[in-house]
Amino acid sequence: MSLQILMPALSPTMEEGTLAKWLIKEGDAVAPGDVIAEIETDKATMEVEAVDEGKVLRLLVPEGTAGVKVNTPIAELDGEGDAAPAPEAAPAPHAVSHAKPEPEPAPNSQTVREALRDAMAEEMRRDDDVFLMGEEVAEYQGAYKVSQGLLDEFGARRVIDTPITEHGFTGLAVGAAFAGLRPIVEFMTFNFSMQAIDQIVNSAAKTLYMSGGQMGCPILFRGPNGAAARVAAQHSQDFSAWYSHIPGLKVVAPYSADDAKGLLKSAIRDDNPVVFLENEILYGKSFPVPEGEHLVPLGKARVRREGADVTLVSFGIGVAHALEAAETLAAEGIDAEVIDLRTLRPMDTETVIASVKKTNRCITVEEGFPVCSIGSHVSSVLMQEAFDWLDAPVLTLTGKDVPMPYAANLERLALITPQEVVEAARSIVTR
Amino acid sequence: MAGTAEEASSPGNAPDAETLKRHYTDMLLIRRFEEKAGQLYGMGLIGGFCHLYIGQEAVVVGLQACAEEGDQVVTSYRDHGHMLACGMEPKGVMAELTGREGGYSRGKGGSMHMFSAEKAFYGGHGIVGAQVPIGAGLAFANRYRKNGRVSFTYFGDGAANQGQVYETFNMAALWDLPVVFVIENNQYAMGTAQARSTSTPALYTRGEAFGIPGEEVDGMDVLKVKDAGMRAVEHCRGGQGPYILEVKTYRYRGHSMSDPAKYRTREEVSRMRESRDPIEGLRKLMLELGHLDDAGFKEIDKAVRAQVNDAAQFAQESPEPDASELWTDVYA
Repeated sequence: MSLQILMPALSPTMEEGTLAKWLIKEGDAVAPGDVIAEIETDKATMEVEAVDEGKVLRLLVPEGTAGVKVNTPIAELDGEGDAAPAPEAAPAPHAVSHAKPEPEPAPNSQTVREALRDAMAEEMRRDDDVFLMGEEVAEYQGAYKVSQGLLDEFGARRVIDTPITEHGFTGLAVGAAFAGLRPIVEFMTFNFSMQAIDQIVNSAAKTLYMSGGQMGCPILFRGPNGAAARVAAQHSQDFSAWYSHIPGLKVVAPYSADDAKGLLKSAIRDDNPVVFLENEILYGKSFPVPEGEHLVPLGKARVRREGADVTLVSFGIGVAHALEAAETLAAEGIDAEVIDLRTLRPMDTETVIASVKKTNRCITVEEGFPVCSIGSHVSSVLMQEAFDWLDAPVLTLTGKDVPMPYAANLERLALITPQEVVEAARSIVTR
Repeated sequence: MAGTAEEASSPGNAPDAETLKRHYTDMLLIRRFEEKAGQLYGMGLIGGFCHLYIGQEAVVVGLQACAEEGDQVVTSYRDHGHMLACGMEPKGVMAELTGREGGYSRGKGGSMHMFSAEKAFYGGHGIVGAQVPIGAGLAFANRYRKNGRVSFTYFGDGAANQGQVYETFNMAALWDLPVVFVIENNQYAMGTAQARSTSTPALYTRGEAFGIPGEEVDGMDVLKVKDAGMRAVEHCRGGQGPYILEVKTYRYRGHSMSDPAKYRTREEVSRMRESRDPIEGLRKLMLELGHLDDAGFKEIDKAVRAQVNDAAQFAQESPEPDASELWTDVYA
């Protein structure tokens, strides 16, 4: 009986990969532990080992094939030896899928990951005072591959691997910014920024004020924020509301690659401390990005879709949910407007208010916890600034009020979904 | 790297008369300034927390005598002395204490949060230990720019137990950062005696695990402090990485103005004041050397008092910041 070798998932968020190289050929005998292939994910190139013993009957996917979905059969073994008649890689429990299959990328399209890297590279070329520091940003090429190639271009003086010491290196970078350098601090994920939050809030955000305007802190804190997939409570938290609470900080949370690039470039040039919240699941998504210099100003929302019946306000990965919901709603005759806040602080409430004056209804969509959320703030602003235009209560959709569970089904329940947005819209739009 | 400063303050090794007079004047200015600040606090003109530096003057005066133009200083909330030693104006410092428009932070920082970009004084930080990585960051910028500057990063024996200090030691040593870590050991972390808070009392050895040399210094003798400071600065400016000075000192006043001082005896304080006072010690040396007579000291005292009185007057006359200042300087 033959055994199938399946395309493995090599990271929590991997949905597909490139079968870069076969290290075996048909007819070869393989044993457990033999390296059989190299697979390139959007994060790294990884070696894949055989788990069972047998002879290779067929290679089902030629090397160099891109976009091979996880769990696709890639080779067949004759299944001799004592192998159980099960697939080599057990099918993963249904992973949380945040997006539908992407259409073929346009010629000028880039992933969010590439756009972020290009933004940093361009700003580092422009200004010698800009440097990148963080865990695994240099030789490892970035824990999420965002800084890939930067060490080669800029060298170890400007692309600096730090020890695992968030509190310390954040404080050190703040000091460098006081002295006039423009550090980019990468947190491997924003979960780890809690170790360093005193330096971000007490030192970076407040010094301009406390010094009567003499001494500012032109620093950028960036990294993935919010839930990835199946990494559970301590690695899946959205810090949007936390940082947005602090005067002196600017907070940015882009959705698409073009915005990620243009906002990151503006954030690096900004003379204030900026918290730049990325999303691991979006890193691999492709979007059209304008050629050449591309700057997006901080503090300006983007109307992603115009509509007349309800305003969906979101940011970061929530925009994907809002857009997906808007499609579904359109089929039912509900015309949703989707506003991507892009910058959370200072927040472009003007654009939100103008939209609500048109649609008379508003739903906020975010992944974070419900208490004191970004949506709570938007709702409060609308109560005060657009009360007379509201035909329904503002609904604030968030992640559930629980630590992120690990089990796939519970994780799915904890996260905000497009379906919840659809249902919320149906509940307040009367036709 | 053991200290060899035993003879620094003996008459034979003493610097010239002008230098000694400058050190004396600098220390006296801090002492009189702090006494005045205490007085204004008592009158309700200074609010909140106010941490006086009285007794510790030799530390910052001795070390800043080793600094060159452009070298940076960063410290904790017990910072008035450091600012004066950096050459910041007593008027501007005192007016910040009273929360007035003429203060260095236009009244928005207060005693614990003051800065001078011009004098390379980077605060004045209210969170114990937070200034330590910041000081290493200033040194990082120096190395990045290859500008030859050294960062003087001051912290207390209390801060020496903060985790971020050791995170910083590691990086400073790893990257050879030009930073002098000055541990001002005044023997009490707020009200907790060192023996009750610290497993190993020799703080100057706290860098050993990271390969950072350190030495213990008598912080009640400005010349010994200066001598050790010179060694430390030479080490850092020479590209050999960080250096630790544990400067043993003593504060005569409470941790802050609201300290009831139940944790130590009145006798302990009097003993230090009478036998180890840094200003009195230098005065005796100068008298012995014949650099200055009583009349000369009186003249210095008069000039310093006048300067401090001017500062106090300015700090009371300067108006409170305009209400519009509430909203300025939040963003650049």
